[in-house]
Amino acid sequence: MIAAARTILRKDLLIEWRTKESVPAMVLFSITVYVLFHFGLDRDSLDGELASGVLWVTLLLAAVIGVSRLFAAEREQGGIDGLLLSPVDRTALFVAKAVALFLFLTAVELVAVPAFGLLLLGPGLGGAFPELLAVLALGNLGVAAVGALVSALAAETRAHELIVPILLLPLLVPVLIACAQATEPLFRQEAGPEDLGRWLGLLTLYDVVFVLLSVAVFDFLLED
Amino acid sequence: MDAAIELEGVERRYGERVALAGVSVSVPEGATLAVLGGNGAGKTTLLRVVAGLLRPHGGRAHVLGAALPDERWKLPARVGYVGHEPLLYRELSGRENLRYHGDLHGVQHGRIQEVLEELEIAGRADEPVRDLSKGLVQRLAIARAILHEPTLLLLDEPRANLDPAAAELVEPLIGRSSGRTRVLVSHDVSGALEESDVALGLKGGRPAPVDAELYR
Repeated sequence: MIAAARTILRKDLLIEWRTKESVPAMVLFSITVYVLFHFGLDRDSLDGELASGVLWVTLLLAAVIGVSRLFAAEREQGGIDGLLLSPVDRTALFVAKAVALFLFLTAVELVAVPAFGLLLLGPGLGGAFPELLAVLALGNLGVAAVGALVSALAAETRAHELIVPILLLPLLVPVLIACAQATEPLFRQEAGPEDLGRWLGLLTLYDVVFVLLSVAVFDFLLED
Repeated sequence: MDAAIELEGVERRYGERVALAGVSVSVPEGATLAVLGGNGAGKTTLLRVVAGLLRPHGGRAHVLGAALPDERWKLPARVGYVGHEPLLYRELSGRENLRYHGDLHGVQHGRIQEVLEELEIAGRADEPVRDLSKGLVQRLAIARAILHEPTLLLLDEPRANLDPAAAELVEPLIGRSSGRTRVLVSHDVSGALEESDVALGLKGGRPAPVDAELYR
């Protein structure tokens, strides 16, 4: 199963590297939203809960683009049939897609989070960096598990671009709450990891539940 | 001789629409079944049911000893499928596509070069699939289908887009001389009948005699 997942992941990363369809679009979207918030809120800098909310809403909306494109090659080029005609466990497909999405989100954040720090954030990112990394990693894991599931569910439908945000965003509300709450103290003028453990615990629980749930139901999503 | 494919009263619906009904046929090992019929007759649906890609909604289907749909997992390693879509990623080269499918099937990399040479596409194998002509893409699709040495070939218009020389080239790999059990969907009635042992006519998803009425 691991070897098959690695094969599918390598193919997905190679296709993204050549087409540059998902990650650049997600980065551009994130930066555009920061600019919109900058003018919409008429503020030069944000801090605390407002900064945290803007960062996470932007990242989750950018994730919708990645989730919508996650099964694009399979949908448009018959790749799902190719996989179903191969003697591989379908869980390998879920694992590969979830890891690909996790890597795409991480790549986006490598640009989008520093850009947020430069364009909107008042207090600066430096002091709270390790804590922020932990929140981003756990948030990405949850988005990747749910995103791979929703993308597979929508892949065979005609209105997949409508179905992805309608299904994905409500499922990500707990991730948004936990990430925003965990990040909020880090973005205050006097930064401090207040209640961080509680929110990281909630994120970990969400990740475990959705990874297990996704593995359990993924097989059935690919049934005709 | 054992039957490689045994269908009895197979049915398949898409919502309310009946795509296949009452389809029964038996194909011995090593034999070729020609599936004939007009557009929308259910030929591709039948092929996808036999491949395990669609579950039958009624009747009994046994393919290579696997009862469908419950034992569908037994099929992929033994079935090669050439359909309307080449099942190749356009942004990858032919060689990368074959390596991808080969890795999923546990095929040695040496076999990829062997198949590329057999189909005379080794020279163009490092170009992205999107840059290749339809004929070369079809050859690659055939290479993908036979890479893992399947026992059963499911072929939906396999010679589409192939020139006569290329059609001759693929003959030992997917033709009668390949010695494999085959299901062949074709609009070339005389050609298909010539290279088949069993023929099945379909009209509106139901079995029909193979005669001039089949296409009316």
